[in-house]
Amino acid sequence: MFQNLSDRLQAVFKNLTGRGKLSEADVDAAMREIRMALLEADVNFKVVKELVAGIRERAIGTEVTESLTPGQSVVKIVLDELVTLMGTTESRLTLSGRTPSVVMLVGLQGSGKTTATAKLANLLRKQGRRPIMVACDVYRPAAIDQLQALGREIDIPVYRGADGDDPADIAAAGVKAAIDGMRDVVIVDTAGRLHVDDDMMDEAVRIRDAVKPDQILMVVDAMTGQDAVNVAKAFADKVDFDGVIMSKLDGDARGGAALSIRKVTGKPIKFASVGEKLDALESFHPDRMAQRILGMGDVVTLIEKAQDSMDADQAAAMEARLRTSGFTLDDFLDQLQQVKKMGGLGDMLKMMPGAGQMKELKDAEIDERQLDRTEAIIRSMTARERVKPSIINGSRRERIANGSGVAVSDVNRLIKQFEQTRKLMKQFQGQQGKKGKRRGGRGMPPGMRMPF
Amino acid sequence: MTTPWYKRLSEGMSRSREQLSGQLNVLLRRGPNLDEQFWEELEDTLIGSDMGVSAVTDIVGRLRDAATRKALADASEVIDHLTDEIASELTLDTDDFLAAGPVTVLVIGVNGTGKTTTVGKLAKQSVDEGRSVLLGSADTYRAAAIEQLDVWAERAGVPIVRRERGSDPASVAFETVERASVATPDITLIDTAGRLHTSPDLMLELQKVKRVTEKRSDVPVKVLLVMDATTGQNGLNQAREFDAAMNVNGLVITKLDGTAKGGIAVAVARELGIPILRIGVGEGIDDLRPFDAKEFASAITRGV
Ligand SMILES: Nc1nc2c(ncn2[C@@H]2O[C@H](COP(=O)(O)OP(=O)(O)OP(=O)(O)O)[C@@H](O)[C@H]2O)c(=O)[nH]1
Ligand SMILES: [Mg+2]
Repeated sequence: MFQNLSDRLQAVFKNLTGRGKLSEADVDAAMREIRMALLEADVNFKVVKELVAGIRERAIGTEVTESLTPGQSVVKIVLDELVTLMGTTESRLTLSGRTPSVVMLVGLQGSGKTTATAKLANLLRKQGRRPIMVACDVYRPAAIDQLQALGREIDIPVYRGADGDDPADIAAAGVKAAIDGMRDVVIVDTAGRLHVDDDMMDEAVRIRDAVKPDQILMVVDAMTGQDAVNVAKAFADKVDFDGVIMSKLDGDARGGAALSIRKVTGKPIKFASVGEKLDALESFHPDRMAQRILGMGDVVTLIEKAQDSMDADQAAAMEARLRTSGFTLDDFLDQLQQVKKMGGLGDMLKMMPGAGQMKELKDAEIDERQLDRTEAIIRSMTARERVKPSIINGSRRERIANGSGVAVSDVNRLIKQFEQTRKLMKQFQGQQGKKGKRRGGRGMPPGMRMPF
Repeated sequence: MTTPWYKRLSEGMSRSREQLSGQLNVLLRRGPNLDEQFWEELEDTLIGSDMGVSAVTDIVGRLRDAATRKALADASEVIDHLTDEIASELTLDTDDFLAAGPVTVLVIGVNGTGKTTTVGKLAKQSVDEGRSVLLGSADTYRAAAIEQLDVWAERAGVPIVRRERGSDPASVAFETVERASVATPDITLIDTAGRLHTSPDLMLELQKVKRVTEKRSDVPVKVLLVMDATTGQNGLNQAREFDAAMNVNGLVITKLDGTAKGGIAVAVARELGIPILRIGVGEGIDDLRPFDAKEFASAITRGV
């Protein structure tokens, strides 16, 4: 995997000794890293150029403060810039008062429209609406059957036309069916189409004109690469849409397309689709997306998810992630950041499965300054050192202490604590393995201590 | 649907070509000077094809060397070299198991890349070549996936092994190869459910499908990964994970009839050495083309 941006910037700035303002040369070096990170995240290269120019302007002359390293200062600027671009608050689906309201979904082939149609219907029903879905994909074999099957699963009606009906007519008839059936929101699923296919784009316009949707949402695959800008621009110009559903965000795509699309069309991302199950549709959080694009993990979402529906699978997935994360200092750093963002360790531990019962964790009182110091120490380590702390010899320790502004003894303490934790975890897993017990053993091993 | 395939191909391919070569043309018009800006723009253009920063940096780096060493005078010579470079990256020792046979092929990939459609197209193509085909529908998860493949089986006029939705995909695969051992088709194509390479459970499920298939199949079992040309850098993760779990033997790049260039295939070829066997250029049953490295590379750089 890619190193995340913080690490890269840390490397860039590692020779920076003086405090004060960032020089132009420092900033140039940082901008190269930022450009790389954004490109690797599939942000369109033209968008990257503009973004980097903006970030550069803000970064030059940035005061390097006591509390943030130069790398952190720049990361903060980058994050701010991305969040601002994507919209600072999560945006909602705005439906007019008219009955029925109409939502139309458009997008490329295979982007996930049909599944998104069902998910959206499901979500709207949870919000007290009475949805109906309309199947307008008359081209892909069994696409209509697919929507019908999904409709049965979630018990929401599906309107389908007769064989040979025109999709625009089906859509219009669907709205009529909604009125007859006392349904107050219509969700129109359309065929996947290429933005360069004029006939198909015209058809989308005809469907739009036939039902005058309150909202047209474009479904975009999170894995989309550089072409996202061409596609989004064409859909915006020809069909026009109000917002985006990003699909397949449950994978490991960084999702830079979100940024590209917002930049070239100005349309907000409204929903994140995060799984094949029909309740896997979430509101979109620009701040998390920004972190994800920069490769800074998505732990917040993960934790929130576990919190609001602690079903066994999800809890296990979260735990696996947190637990393996505990093994390297690098991943540990990620956790630390999340902890700080979430307003303290105590809160986070409460959310961890199994942690509630653990006495020493229950009363965990952690000094925030200690967190900062730990973070600074880890940040002063190289990538290799973080993965393999055993290579950290005397001279490395001295370098790390210097880089993070602490005493060598502080570095020693951290490494020792970390190694102990790691050993404990291994023992714990060994025991688990011997007993062949897979359930019930969730959570952290007793006596495990976070190294801070 | 009435446009002949070769026309559709050239239309599709030329779209990608026009775009990139349009950009390259701008570079060329700037004259023969290979200045810093030329190289930077060249790099941008290639990055725009989804080749990925590291592949691009490397290829452009080598190109710059060559430009100096061979005293390439102008941009068009550089572009020619570039085409060759990309083509050579894509030229891999290839065993086209789709054309040979008898063989059993597992068709895999992330959701929505075009697996089922590709199975349909491959079935039709094989029939057209006078070979016998058997399909197996091991996507027992997605709604109406079985019905979808059914339609393709009918269109291609080939038999299909199917079970109801929700059955174990490995047992459908098993049944398919069992049937194949009696019917002895030249090619058995097994469609699988789209899945994210990041899902350990689903990857295990897929490995089980392969294990079971290999155990029962009388003929070699090959794995075909279907990737969407619009995929960005995540394509490399996909290929890596699927290859690690399944040992991928070949690649199909679909949706090249849009404006995406499928540059990620270059990154995949470089890192994993997985050859592209076919390309998808439309939704019709005949919209499948053989892969030609030179042509693919030219589609990225032609017109200059
Ligand atoms: N334009 C274009 N569309 C394609 C191509 N190949 C497949 N498609 C379309 O992409 C969409 C998804 O294709 P499928 O074959 O259902 O994809 P899949 O990988 O089987 O999807 P899942 O089984 O749901 O994961 C359909 O609308 C196809 O018509 C291609 O080469 N060009
Ligand atoms: Mg399929």
